[in-house]
Amino acid sequence: MADARSGPAVAVLGLSRTYGDRLALDSVSLEVRPGEVFALLGPNGGGKTTLFRILATFLPPSSGTFRIDGLSPADGLGAIRRRLGVVFQSPGLDRKLTVRENLLFHAEIYSLPRREAARRAGELLERFGLADRAADRVEALSGGLARRAEIAKALLHGPRVLLLDEPATGLDPLARRTLRSALADVARADGATVLLTTHLFEEAEAADRIAILDRGRLVAEGSPEALRREVGGDVLVLTTDGPDDAARLAADLRERFGPGAGTVSTLEATVRVERPGGHELIAPLVAAFPGRFRSATLGSPSLEDVFVDRTGHRFDEEAA
Amino acid sequence: MRAAWALARREVIRFVRQPSRIVGALLPPLLAWVLIGAGFAGSFRISGAAPGGSYFTYFFPGTVVLVILFASIFATISVIEDRREGFLQGVVVSPAPPLAVAAGKVLGGSILALVQGGALLLLVPALGLAVRGPELALSIAVLVLLSFALTGLGLAIAWSLESTQGFHAIMNLFLFPMWFLSGAFFPASGAPAWLRAAMAVNPLTYGVAALRNGLSAVTHPELPSLPLSLAMTAAFAVAMVGLSAAVIARSPAGPEARALGRGKSG
Repeated sequence: MADARSGPAVAVLGLSRTYGDRLALDSVSLEVRPGEVFALLGPNGGGKTTLFRILATFLPPSSGTFRIDGLSPADGLGAIRRRLGVVFQSPGLDRKLTVRENLLFHAEIYSLPRREAARRAGELLERFGLADRAADRVEALSGGLARRAEIAKALLHGPRVLLLDEPATGLDPLARRTLRSALADVARADGATVLLTTHLFEEAEAADRIAILDRGRLVAEGSPEALRREVGGDVLVLTTDGPDDAARLAADLRERFGPGAGTVSTLEATVRVERPGGHELIAPLVAAFPGRFRSATLGSPSLEDVFVDRTGHRFDEEAA
Repeated sequence: MRAAWALARREVIRFVRQPSRIVGALLPPLLAWVLIGAGFAGSFRISGAAPGGSYFTYFFPGTVVLVILFASIFATISVIEDRREGFLQGVVVSPAPPLAVAAGKVLGGSILALVQGGALLLLVPALGLAVRGPELALSIAVLVLLSFALTGLGLAIAWSLESTQGFHAIMNLFLFPMWFLSGAFFPASGAPAWLRAAMAVNPLTYGVAALRNGLSAVTHPELPSLPLSLAMTAAFAVAMVGLSAAVIARSPAGPEARALGRGKSG
């Protein structure tokens, strides 16, 4: 914790990875600062899991390098691995072992002093609300509890950087919220850096900073707020009864207000209007189209708007 | 080598907590022994062997080896499940060296195989075999070597496979024939020349022969000599453990790192 190093916790330096002739990661460079929660956001096939696996030392890069806490793979994988806590998407716990046995197994694999490991396991189980489930086999835990047990396990050896691949996947909304606060706590209380991948805007929104990966390339890096600001203007969302209503409303809206309306698009049952000074449009809209929409929501651009703005295509389009 | 011990201990704990595995490894060979032994009892005569030896006694060493083979297969096939469940990735990205993973898996699997094969030796008094201390010690030594050999072989196979189905195919096409042609099931003496040749190059033949020598008071001139059998079995064990270590060292992350490119990779 008292690390005097002032450099980035994770430095990604021109990493590329090919599978056969497919380029999964295309010279990506980015930096993660110490003590922040950083999210790699992107659609499936975007390259975020490939980047995660390279940083976890699970997969060698085709070219480029990276540094964890100042150390590159050339300094020896062992040194990097001791500084990393890794949570894969598929559960890394042994379901036949109890929660505590899993943690103590981890201590053996990482050659931690036994007494210290037992003490730290107790602390972490307490902190993650697992103390009363310590003697239960993992197979008896809910998905949310198992994920927390896994994070506790990954933190047992006191890593400087915690890497997580899609940690929110498969969890219900409540468990996701608990997870988010647990990760924020890891960054603040342990001074560790949290780097996670996600394909969910909501999860990325909760991070201190994010990088957006699409088709193997880095398309944006910054705080969610700063990235949204860069898109500019406001987003006005009108909710209608269905896609057909939305399409008709969008057409009428363009006809009535012309180019001054801003950028009008439809997404399922909603009409989206992007323009500066979105609030000025609300009163004229209500007057012009009474009863044509159920609600009008004014907001700043979302991360999805950032993605569309930077890539020119929708987020859920398959990259492959 | 704390990591290796921890992995070995985990294998044993998992085994004890899954009673179906104990049944699955012990019962089929015992059932085969009883049914096949009873079926052949009336018609089986080993040419040149001492009279009075029933097929039950002939088949017994082979049954013990089959139990060890089953136990080794079950223990090493778990590598594929460990990987699918994600447990193995966590070990791969730990500071523990790949060789510790190999050592832990082989050690754990061998302990389980040895315990299960050894459990069958409890039947020895019931069979009326004239086995005393030295023979028993020899038998157990052979079981130790065979446990390491077959677990090492199983691990070397399982490490590169992505599915348990693949392992079953190899089991049927390679592991079981190896057992059939080891003298466990029928003696080489009555077999045609080409089969005898196959049996002579099969390393498992020497393990079965050593065990047959250990489990009987009479000598077996038709079998490879005891020193040769022991030497070949020890070499088999060293080679297979070495092979598994080499396979793991060459590809520490397993087939998944290669497979990533084919499927959805995120």
